[in-house]
Amino acid sequence: MTMTLTPAAKQLVFISRRSPYGSAHARAMLDMVLATAVFDQKVTLIFMDDGVLQLHTNQAAAGIGVKDLCAALSVLSLYDIQKVYVDAQSLQVRGMSQEELAIAAEVCDSARITGLIRDADVVFTL
Amino acid sequence: MPEAPTSVGAFFFATSCHGLSAVKFTIVLHAAPYTSQASHSALRFAQAALSAGHEIVRVFFYYDGVHNCNEFSVAPQDEIDLVKAWSSLLQAHNIDAVTCVSSAMKRGIVDEREAKRHELRSHNLQAPSVLSGLGQLVDASLASDRTISFGA
Repeated sequence: MTMTLTPAAKQLVFISRRSPYGSAHARAMLDMVLATAVFDQKVTLIFMDDGVLQLHTNQAAAGIGVKDLCAALSVLSLYDIQKVYVDAQSLQVRGMSQEELAIAAEVCDSARITGLIRDADVVFTL
Repeated sequence: MPEAPTSVGAFFFATSCHGLSAVKFTIVLHAAPYTSQASHSALRFAQAALSAGHEIVRVFFYYDGVHNCNEFSVAPQDEIDLVKAWSSLLQAHNIDAVTCVSSAMKRGIVDEREAKRHELRSHNLQAPSVLSGLGQLVDASLASDRTISFGA
């Protein structure tokens, strides 16, 4: 195993689509994002479908004996991940509003997300 | 370029790699063997890519995908042994393979070093895969033309 780093920065898009609890997918996605952040690449994180539930304020994960994912998401800004998007329609169908989001994120429509995916070099979905 | 032998491979090469000669792939496997088709599909994709003359920079076993590296897995005689099949393919083509260490440890996939460190009775990481971190997935993606995930 050798490190094979290439010099040019790539645009990596991560699409988080799972609810914060019930499966470990959301946590696994966050781990991928944070691992990428230290590589000095262009990172974009998109929450859509049940993934928007990860951003809901006032989560009480201790009740089911797991770590609070929302608290973990708050480190995104410390890792200098500024490009965070939330799919507007996913919020709407779950009865959520932008005011309920626990972290700074830009609410956007699906056309914008299409553009973000189109401009990406690598897309990870989980 | 010869036609890829599997449908999943043929579809991908036809739609995404048209006009590219030798493509560098990173393969990410998220799913355990036998529970879903993902492991077998990924294996067939890898075989198709290699036989079409492409390169696999690294296979990264993540999440439940680490179960593909459990040497203690025993397949019934009338089913494909996916753990051995992966190991054979990786060794035959000298492909770099990494098993996510944090995913693996909590699922009971350990190498000799970790077994000693945690005073476990045995170890079961299937060669040639090695335990390492998610940085190896990022590193491989940056060095590849295409990163393709199975079982996500």
